[in-house]
Amino acid sequence: MKKYESFPVSPVEKKRRRKRERQAALITSPYLLWMIIFTLIPMIFVVYYAFTDATGAFTINNVKGLLGLEKETQNVIQSGTFIRLDFVKIFWRSMWYGAVATVVCLLIAYPVAYFVSQMRENRQQIIITLVMLPMWMNFILRTYALMKMLEDTGIINTAFTKLGLPVIHMINTPFAVILGMVYNFLPYMVLPIYSVMSKMDYSLIEAAQDLGCNRMRVFTKVILPLSMGGVVSGITMVFVPSVSTFYISQKLGGGTNEMIGDVIERTFLTETNYNVGAAISLVLMILIFICMAVMNRFSEDESQGGSIIV
Amino acid sequence: MKKLAVLLLVALVIPLIVSCNSDRPVVYVCNWGEYISDGLDDSMDVNREFEERTGIKVVYDNFTSNEDLYAKLKAGGTQYDIIIPSDYMVERLIAEGLVQKINFDNIPNYVNILDEYKNLPFDPNNEYSVPYNVGMVGLIYNTKEVEGVPDSWEILWDQKYSGKILNFKNPRDAFAIAQFALGLNINSTDTKDWDAAAIKLVEQKPLLQMFVMDEVFNKMETGEAILAPYYAGDYFTMAENNPDLAFVYPKEGTNRFVDSICIPANAKNKENAEKYINFLLESDVALANAEYIYYASPNKTVVENPDYLLYQDEITYPSQEVMANTQSFTHLPNELIEYMNRLWSDILMK
Repeated sequence: MKKYESFPVSPVEKKRRRKRERQAALITSPYLLWMIIFTLIPMIFVVYYAFTDATGAFTINNVKGLLGLEKETQNVIQSGTFIRLDFVKIFWRSMWYGAVATVVCLLIAYPVAYFVSQMRENRQQIIITLVMLPMWMNFILRTYALMKMLEDTGIINTAFTKLGLPVIHMINTPFAVILGMVYNFLPYMVLPIYSVMSKMDYSLIEAAQDLGCNRMRVFTKVILPLSMGGVVSGITMVFVPSVSTFYISQKLGGGTNEMIGDVIERTFLTETNYNVGAAISLVLMILIFICMAVMNRFSEDESQGGSIIV
Repeated sequence: MKKLAVLLLVALVIPLIVSCNSDRPVVYVCNWGEYISDGLDDSMDVNREFEERTGIKVVYDNFTSNEDLYAKLKAGGTQYDIIIPSDYMVERLIAEGLVQKINFDNIPNYVNILDEYKNLPFDPNNEYSVPYNVGMVGLIYNTKEVEGVPDSWEILWDQKYSGKILNFKNPRDAFAIAQFALGLNINSTDTKDWDAAAIKLVEQKPLLQMFVMDEVFNKMETGEAILAPYYAGDYFTMAENNPDLAFVYPKEGTNRFVDSICIPANAKNKENAEKYINFLLESDVALANAEYIYYASPNKTVVENPDYLLYQDEITYPSQEVMANTQSFTHLPNELIEYMNRLWSDILMK
């Protein structure tokens, strides 16, 4: 690019370039408009509602209340049975479940992506189609079906009983919730890692082997760094929806594994309290943003040209 | 060339915009899920029948709870002509000016409504609402798993059935169960009463399998859960799929509700809405709905019809003794609703 710039630019070239710029602006404008209407403006609303009360006056109590910094001044049971530290607990639970689901997805997806990328072209296509297949079915249906499988009287336990095995209680446990997340979001981990690996320059691996690397070192020194971009975007694509998910925990977690997405849904739809709902959403967004920023910092040196989405 | 493209685009878009305002009369209806006879199993398809009889097109939508409907109306942007909230929500909608007066001159079939369902406390002068269905909450239990007949709400706090108990996933109904168990007024305006009910619900939580609304069908039918408070009408649907289920009205009393048809204040097609209401009160339509939904009908011509599937059915139309022991929700002051919602949130997050 630099070399190119150093040449004097002819007027014709200048004109051509300006035209290209105009075309680029024209082509990207629908997306820009989309982002403004459906991302930027709603974000402004979220921030606005988070920092106002029902009358529209400025307040920081919504956010403070969530972080457990402020004891409720009114509307609290006198005996102190309830203090809204519960929010903090649920934020933690969401982040924790999301992190575990992401790690499990990564552990499953990485080897899959690697071995698939080593296969013959047409076989790769079949496997990748199979990975994507569950996504053709509606997310809510899939989760509901999983619920029917995991129940004490569900498909798995019925089969166990028939075989004379004891019933394993799975539904309404953290295990079920995390399983639900892994099941629903696994393709989002496999696909980015696979797409990076399938484009990997194989001659680099051969070079490492020629220069005397054993298999372990080939992996740690060549394959892993080269696939880092895919891993990072995979983690993002699994972690973010896992942390903010709301349906999975309701169907698979029973009443005791509520996640922050459920709280947001309830705050908006049952309580019709947009201010607190927006405050929770805002805190969640900031937490996710921090997680992603930390992760990007870690992987910055290793990922080269990998697409990182925050 | 460019001009032509623009012209083409405009030609394509204009009909899209115009078609929204087509001349065909229409009525926008928002009802509970599974709350109208829809033509399955040889039943009457009520909405299609209305279209055939009047030529007015029905655009049909669902809501899942009174609070959900309220949120929809309050947020604006919706355009319904017919909604069917429950008693206490009707009261709230009237108080907040979200529904409008109905012109009863356009509803001659109103004479079909039983006198006991006229001038109800939530709409004392009968200006805003027409009763659609009457329901009661009772205890559904699995006779194979539960010993004897559970005649008290307290069984929902019985350690013995831990992990097999369900409760409502909407605050008003869930609190009512605790309030009945504690012998409290379900419309109490004393926050201490609500605190007591909340503590009762927190006690129940470790024993609870899940808070449910529509999932209750699945959980009870498969035997995954064995005890659930739910609406009497829905018990019939569950019992069809699981004959082990039984239903009882606990001795502490229970909640009785009247779901009523209203016209939102911002309705665009009021006259069509009134035609729709009048149509729902026709004896054949009301009968079809009553036999499909299994809720009690406030319609004289249905209740007095000996061919009616649930004619004098004990669960749907219980004895005076049971009826005397019921309470209905009234609209609570907004601060108290907020207070209840907070307690509810705390219970769920606990």
